[in-house]
Amino acid sequence: MNPFIEIITQPDNIAIVIMIMLVTFFTLWAFQQALDNDKLIAAGKPVDGENEGLVDTFKPLVRIELIIALAVMVFLTFWSIVVDAPLEEIANPTLTPNPAKAPWYFLGLQELLVYFDPWLAGVVLPTLIIVGLIAIPYIDINPRGNGYYSFEERKFAIVTFSFGFFILWLLLIVIGVFFRGPGWLWYWPWQEWDHARVVFEPTRDLSNVIGIDSRSLPGFIIGAILVNGYLVAGMVAPYKYLKKKMPDFLKQFGMIRYLVTTFLFITMMSIPIKMVLRLVFLIKYIWITPWFNV
Amino acid sequence: MNNPTDIKERIKKNLVWKSIFRRDYRNTVRDRAQAIFGNIFLHLHPVQVREGAVKLRFTWGMGGITFFAFIILVITGVVLMFYYHPSIEQAYSDIKDLEFQVPFGVILRNLHRWGAHFMVIVVMIHMFRVFMTGSYKAPRQFNWGIGVILLVLTFLLSFTGYLTPWDQLGFWAITVGTNMGAATPLLGYQGPFSEFLHITPFNDVRFALLGGSRVAGNALLRAYIWHCVAIPLVSVILMFVHFWRVRKDGGISKPQK
Repeated sequence: MNPFIEIITQPDNIAIVIMIMLVTFFTLWAFQQALDNDKLIAAGKPVDGENEGLVDTFKPLVRIELIIALAVMVFLTFWSIVVDAPLEEIANPTLTPNPAKAPWYFLGLQELLVYFDPWLAGVVLPTLIIVGLIAIPYIDINPRGNGYYSFEERKFAIVTFSFGFFILWLLLIVIGVFFRGPGWLWYWPWQEWDHARVVFEPTRDLSNVIGIDSRSLPGFIIGAILVNGYLVAGMVAPYKYLKKKMPDFLKQFGMIRYLVTTFLFITMMSIPIKMVLRLVFLIKYIWITPWFNV
Repeated sequence: MNNPTDIKERIKKNLVWKSIFRRDYRNTVRDRAQAIFGNIFLHLHPVQVREGAVKLRFTWGMGGITFFAFIILVITGVVLMFYYHPSIEQAYSDIKDLEFQVPFGVILRNLHRWGAHFMVIVVMIHMFRVFMTGSYKAPRQFNWGIGVILLVLTFLLSFTGYLTPWDQLGFWAITVGTNMGAATPLLGYQGPFSEFLHITPFNDVRFALLGGSRVAGNALLRAYIWHCVAIPLVSVILMFVHFWRVRKDGGISKPQK
C-alpha cells in the first residue's frame, strides 16, 4: 500500500486527520467572521451580536444542546463501530520500538527535542507555554475586540497567538505524526520507512563555525555573550522602539507587563531561530556550559 | 379508562408522579423559568440567554461539547473499570478479554479511546474560539486561566490513560514522557544543577511519577489512580469553578465596546 495512505489510515492517526479538518473549518469560519466584523466596524456599524435581545433558555438553548449532544453521540458511535482502537503487543521493556512516539498531542514537544535538550524542550518550555497562556489576559491590555470576532483591532495578539497555535503547536504535531520515521528521521509521505537508514549529518556548535572550540573558555564566553545577548537585546530593542514610536502605549503598558511580555515573546521566537540554526546551518548548541547546553 | 386523556390524568394525579415533578408545565414565562431553576442539571444555565448563545456561529458549542465528551468518558470509563485490573499480570489480558469476551467490549473501548481523542481536539478548538472572540478579556481573565489548567488536565488525563492497556504503544509513550521528568532542572537526575541537591534516579521527579526507577507495576498503578480518580476529581472541581465563573462573569461573552 502507498505509505502515506497507510500512515493516515492508522487508527490513532484518523484522529489527527479529523483534527486537521475541524481546525481548518473553524479557522476559516473564525477569520471570515473577523473580517466581516472588521468591515462593519470600518463602516461605523455595530458588530455581529451587538444589539441582541434575550431569549428563554427553555427551550431554545436546551433544545440545541440536546441536538448537539445527540449528534456528538452518533458521531462517536459511528467512529467506534467503523474503527477499532489499536492494541499492540504486550509491553516489553527489552524491545524498544523505533520510533517511540509520545501521544499525538505531545508530538510538538517531542519534535522540540531535535532542537533543544530535554530540560528545555520537555520541562522549561512546556511550563512557559502554560504560564504564558495564563498570562495572556493580564498582558493584553487592548480593550477592543472583547466579545466578538475581529482582526484589525487586535492584529498583534492574533498573529502572535496564531503563530504559536498553528505553527509551533499544530504543525509540529502534524510533522511528528506524518513525517517522522525511524530514528526520528524525516520521511516524505511517499517514502518507505527504512530502519537501516543512517543519516550522517555532522552537527557543530556555533563557535566552532569560526574555529573556536565550543568546550574551551573562549567558546564558553562567546556562547554566553550570544545567548545572554539575545535575551538582553530582545528585551531592550522593543523598548527603544516603543519609546520612540508609541510612548503613550509604553507608559500605559507598564514595566512589569513589558518585561513579562517580551520575555515570553523572545522565548517563543527562540524556537524558530533554533530550528533554522539546526536545519539550515547544522548547528547543535550555541552555548556549552559544564551544567547545561543551550 | 380507555380514553387516553383519562390515562394521562390518572398518571399525573398520581402521588408518585406529583412527588417527582411537583407541578405541571404550562409554557408560561413562569414555567419556562421554573423549568431551568427548578432542575438541578439545568440550573447551571440562566433563565434567559442572549440570542447569540443559541446560534452556532459564535461559540460553535465547543465548550459544551467538551463537557459532553467528558461525561461520555466518565460513563464508558466507569464501565471499563469493571473489566480491568491495574496490575501488569492482568492488565493486557483484560483488554484482550474486552476485545474477544465481553459483549460490546470492543465498542466500549473504542468509545473511550476515540472520545478521548475527540475531547482533546474540541478543547483545543474551544480555546481557539475564546481567543479569537477576545473573550478572555475583562472580566473573564481568571476564568481563562482556569480553562488553561483544564486544558493541561485534559492532556494529562489522556496521557495517563495511555499506559493502562500495558501494550508496547503505551509503555514506550510513557517511558518517553516520564524521561522528560528526569531532565527537570534541579529535581531530575539528568537535569541541570541536580547534583547540588544530591538527586539520583531513585529520588527524583521521574521516580515520583513512576513509583520506581523504571516503568513497571507501580507506574501502572499510579497511572491508573491518576487517570481514574485523582485527575478527574480535580478536573470536576475546576469545571464547577469554570462554569460558575462563566455565569458570574456575565454569561457567554458579548460585544463590549
